[in-house]
Amino acid sequence: MNKFGFQISRPRSINMDLSDDGRREQLLEEVPSYRLCIGCGGCTATCSAGQFTNFNIRRSHTALACNQTEGLAAQLDSCMLCGKCMLVCPRGVNLRGLIIRMRQMLGRV
Amino acid sequence: MNKIAIIGAGPAGIEAAATLAAQQIEVDLYEQGERPLCNIRDKAFLFPNFAEAREVADRLTAKLDNPRIHLHANSDVDHLTESGDGRWIVNGETYDRVLITTGYRTFDAHRKEELGYGIYRGVHTSLEMEQMLREGKIVNANGDVPQRIAFLQCVGSRDEKTGNLYCSKLCCVTAVKQAIEVRKLIPDAEIFIFYMDLRMWGQHYEELYRQAQQEYGIRFVRGRISEAGGTYDGRVQIKSEDTLMGLPLKITTDLLVLMVGMEPSEGTRKLAEQCRICGDYGFAASADPHLDDNRTTHRGLYVAGACKRPMTLTDAVNDGRSAAVCLMGE
Ligand code: SF4
Ligand code: SF4
Ligand code: SF4
Repeated sequence: MNKFGFQISRPRSINMDLSDDGRREQLLEEVPSYRLCIGCGGCTATCSAGQFTNFNIRRSHTALACNQTEGLAAQLDSCMLCGKCMLVCPRGVNLRGLIIRMRQMLGRV
Repeated sequence: MNKIAIIGAGPAGIEAAATLAAQQIEVDLYEQGERPLCNIRDKAFLFPNFAEAREVADRLTAKLDNPRIHLHANSDVDHLTESGDGRWIVNGETYDRVLITTGYRTFDAHRKEELGYGIYRGVHTSLEMEQMLREGKIVNANGDVPQRIAFLQCVGSRDEKTGNLYCSKLCCVTAVKQAIEVRKLIPDAEIFIFYMDLRMWGQHYEELYRQAQQEYGIRFVRGRISEAGGTYDGRVQIKSEDTLMGLPLKITTDLLVLMVGMEPSEGTRKLAEQCRICGDYGFAASADPHLDDNRTTHRGLYVAGACKRPMTLTDAVNDGRSAAVCLMGE
């Protein structure tokens, strides 16, 4: 099939028309404070793990919420659950709870 | 005519007093400080047109020049109570009507310890920046001209950790204004504004933002600063995220300016509590925010200006005048 040396590229956009698998709703239900996130990046700014690995806590939870989960589970492994991010979050998001739930959803725990 | 007291000689209080006096009504105007309008006299220039703050304050103060206005400076109002017959007692004097215009104070930046205010010498509040702008001289911790300056929005506003969930409404445009003024004084400095949302809601605010980008080369970074530390040479090391890039960011600057939000002043908290007109966060509440924003739930008691919520100078002046009209009609 691939003898012409090209293949169909997968679209890279977030397709909001494709029904997600309900993970976002499930996450919001189980960690209700996540509804309050305004994407300010305070959590990522303070996260030590994010300084040295490709794990970015704000980006990770945003990614799961729009169903972009490729490679996400491995990134989440870098979190040490230290809770520093929760100390700076201006919206009081339960980030540690969020991370644990995300790990469970991605089959990591 | 009835006896009227106004508590607080800020923009709302002065405008209310002047409006009443113009209608031949006698007013007692109480002011806890030595001079009226201290919050305006603290500023260098006013957004969005860079009017000189002192000149505007002088013009407003001139309105007090009326024999019917009796200004009581250095008069803190400790007690405001109902007399029982529908009148009000202010520091022992009985009045038929009282207007509260006790205004705001700025957020105490020490409370955000992670931002280093009061710990590192390069960290300042927007008030201190305003003072430097007034003097026309901006210096870093070592007394030199700073080459890199960062402003941080929403300090003490929109923040669960400080208990202030509300937006202070004026700091966004103030940061843009201050950044432009800094650029005028230090043409080759690098100037950054760290923001979560830029709220340019007023007339000419958005244009000021455009100007900041186009003419003054101010750089806008979308991310909240989580912490600031000092370096051995008096500079400030800042941690944030560039949320548009999705990467943590660090930057060392000569100055970090914290855009402190507006909170109810001590006087506002105290009087709102004594009169049982407490609104959100210690601000004073009017009877109805849509159609009855100067009366309160008590007869003869009125509110105007930033004692109700964060408010611009223009809005406070207009609100004071509106309260005066409301008060005269009763
Ligand atoms: S600090 Fe809180 S509000 Fe900001 S991006 Fe992280 S979770 Fe969202
Ligand atoms: S709990 Fe995880 S995401 Fe939060 S600061 Fe610690 S390592 Fe980073
Ligand atoms: S006006 Fe701007 S800086 Fe001030 S609290 Fe609101 S969003 Fe934050």
